[in-house]
Amino acid sequence: MQSEQTVRFLKKGAIWAFIVLELVFFSVAGHFLSLSEGAFMDLDNMLLLLKQSAPIGIIALGMTVIMINGNIDLSVGAIFAFSAVILLDSMTWAVFAGLGDWVIPVSWGLALLTGTILGAINGLIVWKTGVDAFIVTLGAMLGYRGLVFMYNGEQPTSELNWTLVDFAEAQFLGLHTATWFLLGCTLVLWLLMTRTVHGRNAYAIGDNREAAVNAGIRVGPHMMKNFMLIGFLSALSAVVFYSESGSVNPNDGSLYELWAITAVVLGGTKLAGGSGSVISTLGGVIAIQLLRKGLGYIGSDTETVNLVIGLILIAVLYLDRQLNRKGKEELRI
Amino acid sequence: MTEGTPALRLSGIVKTFPGVRALDDVSFDVMPGEVHALLGENGAGKSTLMKVLAGIHQPNEGDIFIEEQKVVMRSPLDAKAKGVVLIHQELSLAEELSAAENIYLGELPTKSFGRVDWATLHEKSGAILERLKCSFGPRTIVGDLSIANMQMVEIARALTVDAKAVIFDEPTASLTDAEKVVLFDIIRDLKARGVGIVYISHRMDEIFTISDRISVLRDGSYRGTLMTAVTNEEEVTKLMIGRSLDLTRNVQPAEMGDVAIAVQGLSCGKMFQDISFEVRTGEVLGFYGLVGAGRTEIAETLFGLRTPSAGQILIDGEVVKINSPMDAIRMGISLVPESRKEQGLVLGMNCKDNMTLPQVGDLTAGPFVSDGAEIAIFDQYRDKLAIKTPGWREKVGNLSGGNQQKIVIGKWLSMRPRVLIVDEPTRGIDVGSKSEIHALIRDLAKQGYAVIVISSEMPEVLQVSDRIVAMFHGRLMRIFSSQEVTEDSLVQAISGLNTDRVA
Amino acid sequence: MATITRSTITNVLAKQGILIAFVLFIIGFGLANSRFLAVDNVLGVIRSSAILGVIALGVTFVVISGNLDLSVGSMMSFSTIVVLDLHDKLGPLMAIPAMFALTMCLGAFIGFLVGYLKLNSLIVTLGMLSAIHGLTLTWSGGKNMDIADKQGTWFGIFGRGDVLGIPVPILFFALLAIVLSILLARTPFGRKVYAVGGNGTAATFSGIPRARIVFLSYVISSFCVACAGLLQASRSLGSQNTVGQGLELEVLAAVILGGASLLGGAGTVFKTVIGVLILGFIQNGLLLVGLAFYVQYVVTWVIIILAVWLDIAAKRGRFLSPIA
Repeated sequence: MQSEQTVRFLKKGAIWAFIVLELVFFSVAGHFLSLSEGAFMDLDNMLLLLKQSAPIGIIALGMTVIMINGNIDLSVGAIFAFSAVILLDSMTWAVFAGLGDWVIPVSWGLALLTGTILGAINGLIVWKTGVDAFIVTLGAMLGYRGLVFMYNGEQPTSELNWTLVDFAEAQFLGLHTATWFLLGCTLVLWLLMTRTVHGRNAYAIGDNREAAVNAGIRVGPHMMKNFMLIGFLSALSAVVFYSESGSVNPNDGSLYELWAITAVVLGGTKLAGGSGSVISTLGGVIAIQLLRKGLGYIGSDTETVNLVIGLILIAVLYLDRQLNRKGKEELRI
Repeated sequence: MTEGTPALRLSGIVKTFPGVRALDDVSFDVMPGEVHALLGENGAGKSTLMKVLAGIHQPNEGDIFIEEQKVVMRSPLDAKAKGVVLIHQELSLAEELSAAENIYLGELPTKSFGRVDWATLHEKSGAILERLKCSFGPRTIVGDLSIANMQMVEIARALTVDAKAVIFDEPTASLTDAEKVVLFDIIRDLKARGVGIVYISHRMDEIFTISDRISVLRDGSYRGTLMTAVTNEEEVTKLMIGRSLDLTRNVQPAEMGDVAIAVQGLSCGKMFQDISFEVRTGEVLGFYGLVGAGRTEIAETLFGLRTPSAGQILIDGEVVKINSPMDAIRMGISLVPESRKEQGLVLGMNCKDNMTLPQVGDLTAGPFVSDGAEIAIFDQYRDKLAIKTPGWREKVGNLSGGNQQKIVIGKWLSMRPRVLIVDEPTRGIDVGSKSEIHALIRDLAKQGYAVIVISSEMPEVLQVSDRIVAMFHGRLMRIFSSQEVTEDSLVQAISGLNTDRVA
Repeated sequence: MATITRSTITNVLAKQGILIAFVLFIIGFGLANSRFLAVDNVLGVIRSSAILGVIALGVTFVVISGNLDLSVGSMMSFSTIVVLDLHDKLGPLMAIPAMFALTMCLGAFIGFLVGYLKLNSLIVTLGMLSAIHGLTLTWSGGKNMDIADKQGTWFGIFGRGDVLGIPVPILFFALLAIVLSILLARTPFGRKVYAVGGNGTAATFSGIPRARIVFLSYVISSFCVACAGLLQASRSLGSQNTVGQGLELEVLAAVILGGASLLGGAGTVFKTVIGVLILGFIQNGLLLVGLAFYVQYVVTWVIIILAVWLDIAAKRGRFLSPIA
C-alpha cells in the first residue's frame, strides 16, 4: 500500500521534476557552451514560452479529458483550422458590417460554435454507431480538412483587425493574453475534472466502462459532451492564435493532434483511460516547449527537438511499463 | 423462518442462451433476515441465476417478486432501486476514484453547476464504511487499497440503498481468515436488520457457518433445499453432485509405463510452492482444488509460460528448462488451456486453421502451407473426436462449446505429445459432450499418453484419474490413489483441513 | 424465410460491401464521364496511387497483427531524403541498398519496441513519427534535397519509366501486392500474423512466437516504406523533408476501407489494394467531374465511417449502438 502511494506520487511529480531537470540542464549547458547571451531562465523568455505553449496547450487540455474518458480525437487540427477560417472570414461578412468592433465577439462566438458543432458530430457518431473513436476522428480529420479547403479553396483566409491584434498582444500582470487563456482553461478543466459529477464520471467510464454502465451512468451522451468540449477548446485555441496572426492557411493545424497527444502522454495520462490530470498535461505542454527553446538555446539544431521528443515519449512509455510490472512470476503472454 | 413474505422470490425461471438452456424452471426465495446459500458446481447455473436476480439478464420465462409484488428488473440500476443488490465477485471499481466516489458511482450527490457535494458524499459513505468497520476513510483512492478492502467498497455499495435482498457472489474468494470474520459480522448485521441474503459459495465450511437454508442447482435446474441446521455435508454433496457418495470413479487399472514427466520442489513466487509429483505414461493424474489454488499456474509453468522461482522439471529423467511454449511443444508437452475462447482458439479463424495452428510451419509444400496436409489432419481428428461441423471452412466461433473444445483437443493431439495437460476440459459444455470427453481422456491414457487433468468438478476428477493431487493455497496437500480416495477426504484436503494427513 | 434472405443480404453486404461499392462507383463515374474509364486515365490513377498503395501493403501486415503504424509517413520522408542524398555521394547503385538497410533498421527498432518490449504501438509509432522526422531534418540540415545531375542518371526509371507502356510504379505496386498477398495468404508466416492479431493470447498458447511475428510485420512495413521512398525519390529526383507528412493517416484510411479491423486478425492484401484504388479513383473521378481535389477528403470521411459502421452493424445485428 505504501509503495503504491509512492508510485502514484512519483508519477504525478515526474513531469514537474522533468521540467526542473530541463531548466537546470539548459541553464548549465548554455552557461558552459556560452553560445547565447543572457540566461536561459530569463523572465521574458519564460513568459514567451508560456504564450507559445498556448495553442497546443489548450487543445491538449481537451485531449486529456477525451483520453481519461477512454477515447481519442485525431480531428482537433482540422477543427482548429476550420474554426480559424470561420473566425477570420466572418469578420468580413456583409451582415456584420455595421457592428464595428462589436464584430469581434460575434466572430469569436461563431468560431467557438463551429468547433463545438464539429465536436458534437464526432461525438454523435461515436455514440450512435459504436464505431471506435480512433476511426471516427481519423475520418473526421480528413473530412473536416476537406471542409476547410472547400470553404476558401487553397487560398489563405486573411483578416487583420487591429483592435483584436492589440488585445491579443496585450500583457496583463506580465502575462500575455494567450497565456491567460491557457491558465484559465487549465483552471476550469481542473475544476471540471476534480469537482464535478461529469468529471468524476469521465474517470469512472475510462477506468471501467461496464461498471459505469451498470451504475447507471449514460455513457453515450457523456462521451458526446466531451467531444463537444474538445471541439470548443480547439476552436478557442484557434481564436487565441489567429486573433494575433490574422491569416490562416488551409493546412494550418496539421499534426496538432499528434503534438497534443504527445503532451498528454508525457503528462502521464493513460492511453487506456481512467487516469490522468489536466495539470500534468500543462506540465507536458510546457516540457515540450521548454525542450524546443532549450535545444535552440544551447545551439543544437531546432530539428533535433523532434528526435528528442519522440525518444522521450517512448522512454516514458517504457518506464511506465516497468513501474507497472508485476514481477518475474507474471504470465508471459 | 420460512413462513411469511419472502423478500425476494423467483418462480419458474427459464433462461436460454443460443444452444444452451442455462436455467430450467428454477424457483427460489429468500426471507427477510435469512441467509439462503446457493450451491452448485461450475456451470450449474448459479451465475446465470444471480444475473437474473440482479437485472443483468432478463429471464425468458418465469416471474420475480419482491415482497410478493411482481417486478421486472431491466438493469442492475433498476434492480438496485427496487432493493436488490448484487455484490460482484470480480471487482467492478474505478481505481483512480476515491472509495466514496465508488460507493456512490452513478449517484453522486450534487450541488449547483453539477458540482459534487463532497460534504454529503463523505459523510454518507463514511458512515457506511464505519458500519462495515473498515480501517480506511471515504477519501482513500481505491487503487491504493488491498483486494480485500476493495471488496469492502463493493459491499458498501450495496448499503447505499435500503436493500431488501443482497446477493453475495463468492465473497470470500480473495479474503484472509481475519477478513472473513469481519465479512460474516457484516452479513449477520444485515440479517439482523431484516435483509434477505443470497450467499453463493463453493466452500462448504462457510456455508455451514453462515447460512440458514441451502439450495442446490445442478445442470441448470433446481435440485432441492435443505435446512442447514438439520443437514450435513454429505447430504448437500449428494444433492450437488447428483449421485450417492460412491461416485463412479475410475476403476480401470492403468497400464503404467515409465515416468514421462516429473516435477521436484517446483515453486513460482506466491502462486505455488514446493510442488513435487510425477506422471507415468498411460496414467491420468487429476488435480483438484478450489479456484486460485495454483493448479492452472503449475500447468502454465510446465508449458513455458511462467518462470519457476525454484525447483526442477524432469522429462524422461533429464532436467529440462522450458522457457517458452515452443520449448514445451518440442519436448512433447501440450496444454489444453482453461479458457477456450481466450486462450484456446482464434475465434475468427476457421476450424482447420485453428486445429493446425501449432504445426502450420511444418505442414508445407515448398514455402507454402499445404492445404492437402492440413485437411488430412483436420479430417483425421474430426472423425476421431466426432467433431460436428459443416466443414473445415466454418468459423470456429460458430461451433458449440463442446465441439470447440474438441477442436482444441484435436489441435494438441495432432501434435502427438507425450504429456497432455488438460485444464478444465468440460467447463461450459453440455452433458453429452462431457462424457464423450471423459471417455476420450481415459482412451488417451490407454494409448500411452501421460495425461494431467485439472478440474474443479469432483465427479470429473474421480471419473478420469488414476491418482488425484489435492491442492490448497498453492500447496500440494496430498496425492490420493483412486482406490483410497473418498469425497470427504478430498474436500477436506482442498479446504486446508486435516493438514496432518499431508502426504 | 424472409429473415434468412435479409440476413444473407446483410452478410454479403458486410463481406463484399466495399467491392460492390467500388464497382457501383466505377460504373457511376464511367457513365458520368467517358474519360474516366479510358486506359490512360486508369493507368494514371493507379500510378498516382502507387506510393500510397505500396505503403498500405506493408501497413496491412501491421494492422492484421493487431497494431498500428503512424510512423510510415515520416519514415517515407526519411527514405526519400536519404536515397537522394546518397545518390550523389555513393552513386545510385549503392544508395538504394543503403537506404533500404537504414529504413529497415528503423522498422526493426519499432518492431523491437512493440513486439519484444510490448509497448503500445500507437504511442511508439507516434513517438517515432516525431523522432524520424527529426532524424530526416538532421540528415538534410533542413534543406530540400536534389539530385545534381537530373538528366545524367538512370535513377529516374523507378518513378518515371515504363515497360511495354505500363508505368514502372504500377508494375512495382502490382508485383509487391502479388508477392505480399502470397506471403500473407499462403505461407505459415501469414497464418501466424492472422493468429497473433486475431487472438494474441491463443497464439502464444499455441506456441507461436508472438513477439517475433509483430517484429517481422514492422520490418515488412518498413521495407514497403523504403520501396515507396524509392518510387517517390525517383519520380521527383528532388524532395522536401516533409514529402510523406500526413501519409500515415491516409494509408490507414485505405487499409480500414479495405476492411482490415483495427483490432487485428482481419483483412487481406487484395482488399487493401481495393481500398487504395477506391481512394485513388474517388480523387480522380471528382476531379474529372470538375470538383477540386479536396472534395475527396470529405467523401473519404463519409465512406470510411459508413464502411466501418456497416461492418459493425452486420456483426451486432442492429444499426445503432446499444450504448445508452
